[in-house]
Amino acid sequence: MALARRSSNLLKPLSTASSSSSSSFLHRRPFSTDDSTTITIETSVPFTGHNCEPPSRSIDTSPKELMTFFTDMALMRRMEIAADSLYKSKLIRGFCHLYDGQEAVNIGMEAAITKKDCIITAYRDHCIFLGRGGTLLESFSELMGRQAGCSRGKGGSMHFYKKDACFFGGHGIVGAQVPLGCGLAFAQKYRKEDHVTFTMYGDGAANQGQLFEALNMAALWDLPAILVCENNHYGMGTAEWRAAKSPSYYKRGDYVPGLKVDGMDAFAVKQACKFAKEHALKNGPIILEMDTYRYHGHSMSDPGSTYRTRDEISGVRQERDPLERIRKLIMAHDIATEKELKDIEKLARKEVDEAIAKAKESPMPEESELFTNVYRKGYGVESFGADRKELRATLP
Amino acid sequence: MPPISFLLLIRFRIPNAIHCQQVGAAGKKTSVEAKTSCCNWQFHPQILETMASIFQGVGAATALSSSTSFDTKKFQFSSRRSLPERKTSFVVVRSGASKMDNGSNRTGGRADHLVTNAVATKYDNPAASTASKPGHELLLFEALREGLEEEMERDARVCVMGEDVGHYGGSYKVTKGLADKYGDLRVLDTPIAENSFTGMGIGAAMTGLRPIIEGMNMGFLLLAFNQISNNCGMLHYTSGGQFKIPVVIRGPGGVGRQLGAEHSQRLESYFQSIPGIQMVACSTPYNAKGLMKAAIRSDNPVILFEHVLLYNLKERIPDEEYVLSLEEAEMVRPGEHVTILTYSRMRYHVMQAAKTLVNKGYDPEVIDIRSLKPFDLYTIGNSIKKTHRVLIVEECMRTGGIGASLTAAITENFHDYLDAPIVCLSSQDVPTPYAGTLEEWTVVQPPQIVAAVEQLCR
Repeated sequence: MALARRSSNLLKPLSTASSSSSSSFLHRRPFSTDDSTTITIETSVPFTGHNCEPPSRSIDTSPKELMTFFTDMALMRRMEIAADSLYKSKLIRGFCHLYDGQEAVNIGMEAAITKKDCIITAYRDHCIFLGRGGTLLESFSELMGRQAGCSRGKGGSMHFYKKDACFFGGHGIVGAQVPLGCGLAFAQKYRKEDHVTFTMYGDGAANQGQLFEALNMAALWDLPAILVCENNHYGMGTAEWRAAKSPSYYKRGDYVPGLKVDGMDAFAVKQACKFAKEHALKNGPIILEMDTYRYHGHSMSDPGSTYRTRDEISGVRQERDPLERIRKLIMAHDIATEKELKDIEKLARKEVDEAIAKAKESPMPEESELFTNVYRKGYGVESFGADRKELRATLP
Repeated sequence: MPPISFLLLIRFRIPNAIHCQQVGAAGKKTSVEAKTSCCNWQFHPQILETMASIFQGVGAATALSSSTSFDTKKFQFSSRRSLPERKTSFVVVRSGASKMDNGSNRTGGRADHLVTNAVATKYDNPAASTASKPGHELLLFEALREGLEEEMERDARVCVMGEDVGHYGGSYKVTKGLADKYGDLRVLDTPIAENSFTGMGIGAAMTGLRPIIEGMNMGFLLLAFNQISNNCGMLHYTSGGQFKIPVVIRGPGGVGRQLGAEHSQRLESYFQSIPGIQMVACSTPYNAKGLMKAAIRSDNPVILFEHVLLYNLKERIPDEEYVLSLEEAEMVRPGEHVTILTYSRMRYHVMQAAKTLVNKGYDPEVIDIRSLKPFDLYTIGNSIKKTHRVLIVEECMRTGGIGASLTAAITENFHDYLDAPIVCLSSQDVPTPYAGTLEEWTVVQPPQIVAAVEQLCR
């Protein structure tokens, strides 16, 4: 990412940025920021460790990183809100699980790892896909079931994948991704790679048996698996205290060390993920519990207010919102003014609107796509795949 | 004529999926004529002509590289990735006739009265007849192990995971000795957690490894049904083709010897609806090794069904390396009067009944369908067009089993060729009882097969 060192006229890049076509948002940084000054920030709350020494509360960062965090989070927030309105106008159907409020978890994680470290998550995956390098166009197209989607329109909201960035999805069945994640870690160990796997799940999935089975195996074989519990305190409509006898998910690993992290603070997440990666490469699995919150309901069919009060939601939004936290940090350190930050948000809105417009133009998949990608042809012995007797039917 | 059978007509097939590939001095494929002369194929001259025309029409280069449109690539069976030092012919050829000889020899050693538990015991012919034949003799589980070992040797990404596969050597000795040779990570002893180690295998496959997941008994894989159905079968589709899942899920199933209801399950009927997977069932050491190798090399998830009672079958298999096709059926005994479709252990019951039928003057054609998903409707169709009568003998339950699906498929495609309704003999819709006599009554026995054929051919 080459950044022009233009520290003075910050408004000028805005116009040039908006005229360029929809490339990945990660390559467009309208605001120049300084890479060299270090700012030390303290996390909101100290880490709590289980069977391990928690890392320190103070984290070094730079203005560039702060601005990156803000821009990316603003984009994610805007994407999720746009998805909300698209769903209400019936362009997105079925299930749509939104991530707004939880963006800090992904932003902090991406800041601590590389694109060769694997991430696998459940169905709240739109922003994770974006964080891994997916584009807005692929995202919205997939949500609307179009050809330009990341899974060619055949997966939907719960099945976003990006193989080249080691993002393994996107899974609909609660908890089933945890053994898959341990399998990814197993492959990393098998190939003696120096990378780790972040297996994300929620507080609802934390009660699944296969999680403990997978954890046992990961600990047994010292697999570089980091289990990240995104604890937004509600498993669909059931509060965590009604579903789990012990809501300290980071302690549930017993012999596996755990760390409790404030998931609304991107820097705390970054510090924890860095710590976890070092730990996993040396000692095997570790559990990270991210204390976070989702503003929307579980999915678009859930208003989100029948099992929690609106006061609670607005309270969290006022006190712990991840975007606001970064905004305050930026303004406190005089890196950008309020107007400039608002402009960034406007730019994000514009990008999202453009992406939606472009995605709407993308066609629905061809009828023949119904039968493609069911099997894979050939197996190197020059024989045939299973669908050589491919059904050729004309659909009405 | 329904369009499906028209499609079948224009696709020419070799009934037994055994192909010959001789890599000539220049490394090019030899001509059709040279192939047939070395290969001893029992081919109708018309088919030969058409084969020749297809070869000439398409041209060697395009035939190899095109994907689905031409079937000529069926005839070329060399591995593209074959190691450069391998100069000898890759695959061995055997025609259908010799397979039949083996089959009847195996049942010939037994007494003439109908034995209700028709499992081939050790081949007790004198050594003189076997000493001169090429190849080596081994038991079915050893054949599986041989196939597995050859594939592990060939590709470092192939690994095995399951309960007691490593140090213990496998509960049916299929993986014996492999852990000592390849280490604990490649032959992985898992805890008793089918759901998650199946999931682990699938996750590892997403990154490019090729795991073989062993269920100690197929019935235990019910615990992993979610992983097999949702993640294994569907990921290639829901990711838009980004991920392939080259896993092999294998294990023994079927009704054993008084193992009880929970350990005598036939899971092929539950798995058959899952889109995206392939299912094969092996029945002899020859096809066990070939199917194991094919399943490992396949980029699709394959479920290989073995049978608890067939592990000690002995047969002489070739020394050369061979890989069978996953989607083809095996002609066990050509005949004229009735087509009997079967797979796995029921093949032996059918062959036993066939002996009685031959004595009574019938000429049954026995086909071991081998490929449970997708069905090899080409071989089956050709047979039906010849005999016009079908009997399906399976070990699945009557309701919703493989036989039920096969009946539907045959009726849909070959209804015009049938002279009589399809008869399907399956196990009873009951949990398998423990008591020996009751257990015998649960599965199909040779006398019932004989009676059904007599009824059908009336």
